[in-house]
Amino acid sequence: MPLLEVNNLSVAFARYAGGFQRRMEQAIVGLDLSVEAGEIVAVIGSSGSGKSLLAHAVLGILPGHAQVTGTIQYDGEPLNERRIAALRGNEIVLVPQSVSFLDPLQRVGAQVRTTARGTDPTATVRSVFKRLRLAEAVGRLFPFQLSGGMARRVLVSTAAVSAARLIVADEPTPGMQAEDVNETLSMLREMADKGSGVLLITHDIEAALRVADKVAVFYAGTTVELAKAADFAGDGSNLRHPYSRALWQALPRNGFKPLPGTQPSQDELPSGCLFAPRCPFATEACSAERPAIREVRGGWTRCFHAS
Amino acid sequence: MLLECRNLAYRYPGGPYVFLGVSLSVASGEAVGLIGPSGCGKTTLGRILAGYAAAAEGTVLLDGKPIPPKGYHPVQMVFQHPEKAVNPRWRLRRTLAESRMPEAAELRRLGIDEAWLDRWPHELSAGELQRICIARALGPRTRFLIADEMTAMLDAITQARIWHAVLAIAKERAIGMLVITHDRALAEAVCDRVVTWDRLSIG
Amino acid sequence: MERHYRLTRRFMPGNRMNRRQRSAVTAVLIAVLLAAVSIGAALLGQGGLNTHLDMRNLPPSAMHPFGTDWLGRDMFTRTVKGLALSVRVGLAAACFSAAIAAAVGLASAALGKTADRLLSWLIDLFLSVPHLVSLILIAFVCGGGMKGVIAGVALTHWPSLARIIRAEALQLRAADYAHVSRRLGKSRWWVATRHFMPHIAPQLLVGLLMLFPHAILHEAAISFIGLGLSPHEPSIGIILSEAMRYLSAGLWWLAVFPGLALLVVVRSFDRLGEHVRCLTDPRHARE
Repeated sequence: MPLLEVNNLSVAFARYAGGFQRRMEQAIVGLDLSVEAGEIVAVIGSSGSGKSLLAHAVLGILPGHAQVTGTIQYDGEPLNERRIAALRGNEIVLVPQSVSFLDPLQRVGAQVRTTARGTDPTATVRSVFKRLRLAEAVGRLFPFQLSGGMARRVLVSTAAVSAARLIVADEPTPGMQAEDVNETLSMLREMADKGSGVLLITHDIEAALRVADKVAVFYAGTTVELAKAADFAGDGSNLRHPYSRALWQALPRNGFKPLPGTQPSQDELPSGCLFAPRCPFATEACSAERPAIREVRGGWTRCFHAS
Repeated sequence: MLLECRNLAYRYPGGPYVFLGVSLSVASGEAVGLIGPSGCGKTTLGRILAGYAAAAEGTVLLDGKPIPPKGYHPVQMVFQHPEKAVNPRWRLRRTLAESRMPEAAELRRLGIDEAWLDRWPHELSAGELQRICIARALGPRTRFLIADEMTAMLDAITQARIWHAVLAIAKERAIGMLVITHDRALAEAVCDRVVTWDRLSIG
Repeated sequence: MERHYRLTRRFMPGNRMNRRQRSAVTAVLIAVLLAAVSIGAALLGQGGLNTHLDMRNLPPSAMHPFGTDWLGRDMFTRTVKGLALSVRVGLAAACFSAAIAAAVGLASAALGKTADRLLSWLIDLFLSVPHLVSLILIAFVCGGGMKGVIAGVALTHWPSLARIIRAEALQLRAADYAHVSRRLGKSRWWVATRHFMPHIAPQLLVGLLMLFPHAILHEAAISFIGLGLSPHEPSIGIILSEAMRYLSAGLWWLAVFPGLALLVVVRSFDRLGEHVRCLTDPRHARE
């Protein structure tokens, strides 16, 4: 049984365009994902593909006006508002995207200690800080006094000191030096090896592949592919979805190939496959109907043509 | 044309030197990569070259002459976070027109959809905004472009698209580029030569 | 398009307006109400204010919806005229206040560190003294009357708005896009008027509308204690103050209707400010 299972999740927002016109924006459309205990699932995709919103949905911190359908199950039971409120910060923790998630008026050491578990929280915090090469004095600083890279490491430490079973890391590495990226990622790997599930949201595919077991590729608010990390290799021919392949081949060391077109706007999604307008293999069937997610070669994909 | 800096040093008032003795030159039509760890001062170097900050010591020269502080700066810079570089209360058409309104062909080349121009910044994604910022920086009087982690926050496909377009435009108009990045693979893919920060600075 | 229509239908049953439209309509309605009070006061004429000793102390009726006072004057006429006067005084005071706030706030952000420190200190000084105390002092120094009230209210209410404007201006000056604009060859003046004004102008307008209810209430308060307008200029404060004397005699309508009217007007301005703020901020476009 997966630790976290997201089924057919959709999130929509109302937005005003040009003054008084109200439109619905589909930020997440029929998204599926699962995380087993002991594994790291990396979520990759472009900005606006719904990566961060997924994190917020799992943690129950979507803005109040979001319209949510579909189910999120944790430990086999639906994750409703009351349950997530009880689990958040204990069993489920977030490594947020920016320092603005910290309390600006509390010293960071004290804030990190609040999630620490075990007999001696102070000692736990100290050892984690040491591993992340954070000086002890950093604990006495306020969030605004942290430099970019330092702030990232402090945010990661909040998860590292906890005994959480599910860790949701939302872009934990940008702006970090290479050593800090490695240390942060290996820390997440260690937590997974101890039996936690980790949802690693990032746009840095190469960093994600170093530690992830599975990779979920997002496009326009849906999962186009769930692959094993090992499938991202060579020319990408093991990948099942044309978008995943395009993403892989666009990396500077894999050919740096650009793919024409842009992600569809959230208020004008195509009625068929969301990727069809940009897909080199699109047929009539693709623009007529949205492909359901199906199993292909040990992974999952939303493409009629995958085999 | 040649953009060069000689023995550049930078420090915050009253603080220690961030870097010392940096010399670098970029020729027209050339793309030079600059890689180094975060916080080493490579962004500050870019800011000095583009006139956003003043060096404590040393000089910046364009064809052997200092760059006048007023008027259109021939060295333009594109930042890592496009959402901070556009006025949130301006529609993007106005933001783009601040340098000049590019022709439709150039917009298409950079992958800018004309419909975006009538929207507000918060309605576009980071990748879309960054294209607008690049188009704005590529005004007709731009001779050099500093790209400071220009695509660090973007996905690989958007990154590749933007770079292919920018490089093509730069070659065509003989614009020199300084590509500041932490990503060696990217620097090697887009630059004619790559320098590392520790070879550059003694501070 | 089809999809958009379906979604719209789903979340907006019938022809109900969306939040932004409701907001705009409410703002317009409030503005109309406030204008009606001012115009109505001019149209009502002096008739209702004449003394009719045979019609003294009448409770509310069809002819006198707010009743009459101890001199037989129509309380409805008096209330509307009083409100119009209060609105005039409030508007003048709020405008002065906003002007001072804009000047101090912008100067503080534009003139450099020493000026900023001095002006911030001044702002804090004014904020540390309770409004009513300095208001009474200023009104007293000016010798009471309309001028005293306007000066008093204007001089006591600018600091909170000035502080907001200063913070906004400081933030704007540090914004990347302002620096970009300078490198694109734009002058300081161009950047200030084109880039900064769109941020500061709505703040000022909203600040003005939010100051307004304070100004009216404070005008009423100091008129009530006798340091404001003279009894010949019957603002709401004066009417309430006089009504207090007759409250124990059971003439409740003398205080209740003008009091309620004052509340409605003050609340209206408050709401108007809120709505205008929502409508002028493009980032508020998300529901």
